[in-house]
Amino acid sequence: MNKTLLIFRHEFLHTIKRTGFIILVLALPVLALLGIGIFHIVSGVTRPLTEVTKIGYVDKAGGFDQFTTQWNMTLVSFDTPEVATQALIKKDIGEYFIIPPDFISTGIISRYTMQRELMPSDATYAAVKNFISSNLLAEKVPTATITRVVAPLNLVTTTLTSNGTVAPEQGGFRNFIIPAIFGAMLALALVFTSTYVLQSLAEEKENRLMEILLSSVSTRQLLTGKVLGLGAAGMVQVIVWVVSIPLLLNLASSPIGGFLSTIQIPANLLVLSVVYFILGYSLFAVLSVGVAAMSSTVREAQGLASIYTLFAFAPFWSLSLLLLVPNSPIWIVFSIFPFTAPVLVMLRLGLTGIPVWQLVVSIAVLVLSIIGGLLLAVRLMRTYILMYGKRPGIGEIIRNLRVR
Amino acid sequence: MPTVEVSHIVKSYADKIVVDDLSFSVPQNEIFGLIGPNGAGKTTTIRMMMDIIKPDSGDITILGEKLTEASKNRLGYLPEERGLYRKLTVMDSIIYLASLKGMDSRSAREKADKLLNQTGMLPHGRKKIDELSKGMGQIIQFIVTIIHDPELIILDEPFLGLDPVNTELLKKLIIDLRNQGKAVVLSTHQMNQVEELCDRILMIDNGRTVLYGDPAEIKSKYRRNSVILDFEGELGQVLGVTEKHAHKGYVELVLDGNTTPKQVLERLVSTGIIINRFEVATPSLNEIFLEVAGKNYE
Repeated sequence: MNKTLLIFRHEFLHTIKRTGFIILVLALPVLALLGIGIFHIVSGVTRPLTEVTKIGYVDKAGGFDQFTTQWNMTLVSFDTPEVATQALIKKDIGEYFIIPPDFISTGIISRYTMQRELMPSDATYAAVKNFISSNLLAEKVPTATITRVVAPLNLVTTTLTSNGTVAPEQGGFRNFIIPAIFGAMLALALVFTSTYVLQSLAEEKENRLMEILLSSVSTRQLLTGKVLGLGAAGMVQVIVWVVSIPLLLNLASSPIGGFLSTIQIPANLLVLSVVYFILGYSLFAVLSVGVAAMSSTVREAQGLASIYTLFAFAPFWSLSLLLLVPNSPIWIVFSIFPFTAPVLVMLRLGLTGIPVWQLVVSIAVLVLSIIGGLLLAVRLMRTYILMYGKRPGIGEIIRNLRVR
Repeated sequence: MPTVEVSHIVKSYADKIVVDDLSFSVPQNEIFGLIGPNGAGKTTTIRMMMDIIKPDSGDITILGEKLTEASKNRLGYLPEERGLYRKLTVMDSIIYLASLKGMDSRSAREKADKLLNQTGMLPHGRKKIDELSKGMGQIIQFIVTIIHDPELIILDEPFLGLDPVNTELLKKLIIDLRNQGKAVVLSTHQMNQVEELCDRILMIDNGRTVLYGDPAEIKSKYRRNSVILDFEGELGQVLGVTEKHAHKGYVELVLDGNTTPKQVLERLVSTGIIINRFEVATPSLNEIFLEVAGKNYE
């Protein structure tokens, strides 16, 4: 078998069998599963939708006797606060409120509950508010108007192209969620996969294996086999994560699952995510080769690598700004800057249309950076891979690279 | 055709010349000692032979050609800085590294079993490298070096860190390889090992050739015309002896140019002292090196 293939196979199999890799691959789906479980528990969505929550009320102002069903909540009238308190103690109702005689002038509603809480839940607040609003308007305006007052508008936006036709991608949160997930996965995959390259080379250097390997294979074969093998392991990781998304959505509650299941993954996003993963990984991998060559230990290499791996997550640090002004010149610059380009382009694709020229320039700069990084990494590897002891300083590295 | 032909190679790093116009050849069926003190340029020379680093000038041919990826399969190399995959088992490590030398898994496993058995390491075959002692690890590395039946074996400081038992085991294996017709290049700074094993040597210092040839001839050339004497009794003036150097347990008698060791022995016997040991003094390679290089290496 070709030696590059042998190294590819060894690196791939050795990596995917590692306990650390298996834990990492499973961690994301498991964490997502935990998150969904916690969401269910905390929000109470796990309760069947048919279960009705009863809220008591004492109407001292008069006239609040209609619209006693609000979504899955039933409002039950009590004559006096004492009777309502007894019902609360017996858990016939979850809570109750009193509408005082001067409610119209003060707007004050007194609420009583046995739950210790920071504030009423949104659902409770909405139910009481809608009950009050509806009763105040009852028999004064048509029922349809009451419905509109309670839920005034459902804003439906349509994005048009420059020709006035409906744009194929309509934007909005629905369109942002998948690129955001892809961006996060891309950032994680880039960092983890390039770390495998870093660890693998640094370990071989630290374990004094490099010279044994180079007596059997060329530097080119070693690097090609290693980068491709570990990249393939990284792809396995990404594939497991991507495949787990629909499975997780099925487990999610119907509001979340229902919303997410309507989301389509645009073809251009899929293609670009593959392109940017390959380019981003290649860039980070060649830098990892150079860093591992210079470092004496795995720990030292990881410390150095954190300088550029941090860039992968940089777009998430300013996500709020990115959401507000996705086409700001600063984001255009960072979409071209090779270290931030892969993840930032993913995020911007979900927020706005990225002109083709920006994508072309971004990809071109990435390709050029990979070529430059590769030349530098190979020189660093040839110079430093068999040198042990203290890590060379910047000045010494530049001097040695000039000499060779 | 020599297995190794090195011709006028030069290598420098920044402003320091590490290997300076070095030439030598190694035929088959020979243990060739590349010797010299630490930092003499031995490892750099070997790395150039292995094409791991390039010489600034000069030519190297291995097995009759410039080293190629294919011809690397015909070499076995045990570097000075050596290690193995700590988390892999002994057998997996051997099989993977043998596969990089062109062996298929089945042949590698069969040969590994044989060599592990020969070295008494068979019970450790399923252990992780991490679980082995340093000496055991070095034996495994030696197995990795020779498993693919190379024609040329290059060993850089093979005895470093080995206990006496493993040192003897390794010496026997190296002699066996030579007897099988292989060429063995043995790099070391331990000159006593060289005297015991090597058919020819190249002694280098500061990257330059200091001595080159058959160790016996070199030692004969540098013989100081003195004898070693271990005796009991009173040793007075002996005709033909110009100097006496007392050492622990013996005395070295330096002879004048006209007296032979045989004549001195006859004169010593006639004095009536008890002679426990009498031999012609031959300088060690270490002593010769110190004399030639004029430096004080321990």
